[in-house]
Amino acid sequence: MDTSSISGHDLITAAKMIGAGLACSALIGAGIGIGDLWGKYLDGALRNPGAASSQTTNLFLGFALVEATGLYGLVIALIILFT
Amino acid sequence: MSPLEQFSVTPLVSLHIAGYDVSFTNQALVMCIIVAAASLFMALAVRKGGLVPTRSQSMAELSYEFIANMIDATAGKAGYRFFPFVFAIFMFVILSNYFGLIPGVFTVTSQIAVNFALAVVVILTVIVTGFLKHGIRFLTLFVPKAKWYLLILLVPIEVVSFFTRPISLSVRLFANMLAGHTMLAVFAGFVVSLGAAGGLLSIIAVAPMFMIVAVMALEFLVAFLQAYVFTMLTCIYLNEALHLHDNH
Repeated sequence: MDTSSISGHDLITAAKMIGAGLACSALIGAGIGIGDLWGKYLDGALRNPGAASSQTTNLFLGFALVEATGLYGLVIALIILFT
Repeated sequence: MSPLEQFSVTPLVSLHIAGYDVSFTNQALVMCIIVAAASLFMALAVRKGGLVPTRSQSMAELSYEFIANMIDATAGKAGYRFFPFVFAIFMFVILSNYFGLIPGVFTVTSQIAVNFALAVVVILTVIVTGFLKHGIRFLTLFVPKAKWYLLILLVPIEVVSFFTRPISLSVRLFANMLAGHTMLAVFAGFVVSLGAAGGLLSIIAVAPMFMIVAVMALEFLVAFLQAYVFTMLTCIYLNEALHLHDNH
């Protein structure tokens, strides 16, 4: 490949793409968080099924909060790509 | 077509006053419809006010009780004064989220400006309430019970976390709506491009179509959850302003 034809603009585009991809690593944390959340919930719910239904609101509240952290990464990726 | 095209705000009636662009946009139209729909529904549903509720009346009562219970659980009796405020926020956010799920309808909460305005109103209410109720003592909200050498570290953290609340509150809702609708548009794009490819690929186009159905189901959950979380956090912040560190 002829490297002399690569301009500074191409480098910036490439760096943006890499940066946007790296921003998606926020999903690692969100994945661990959601997995842990539901896993722990099931763990507790199977031990004490009677108390399970009283904790569903907390479960979904936690789910929404954890899921949002992964989406912050997406927002950063979009900001990198479209600015 | 870019999957982000659905979020573009376009003016319906162009209007410029003193150099400011105050055009009536598609976003403003949807917001007007939402406010009108919510007000009309609540007014019509409880018009009869029967002892045995009709279906629409029990929907109105359910949403009322839902928010009343939420305020009671988080902020206690003192929080009841804020019921109209919290209820208005909940109805606006949840209807914006659900209206946005109708194909072709603009999603109001996918605009960070709308969410940030809502979040700033919430945080200003919290600050004003706190100062009215506790006066200068409201500032002890930033001072947790700890040794003095820890306070040097903790007080700045508390202050920063307080003032980033409007940002996290608005970005959470914005990102969820943006991500969900972008995902739907991306999968719809797969269906179109696979269907247009012809042959065996047209048959595979069914797969992303079923995926859209699944994502749509998730979006229905997320639309409710995010409205719930937004309102819940509003209540929790109000509770702090009303009761500082002690529990109600």
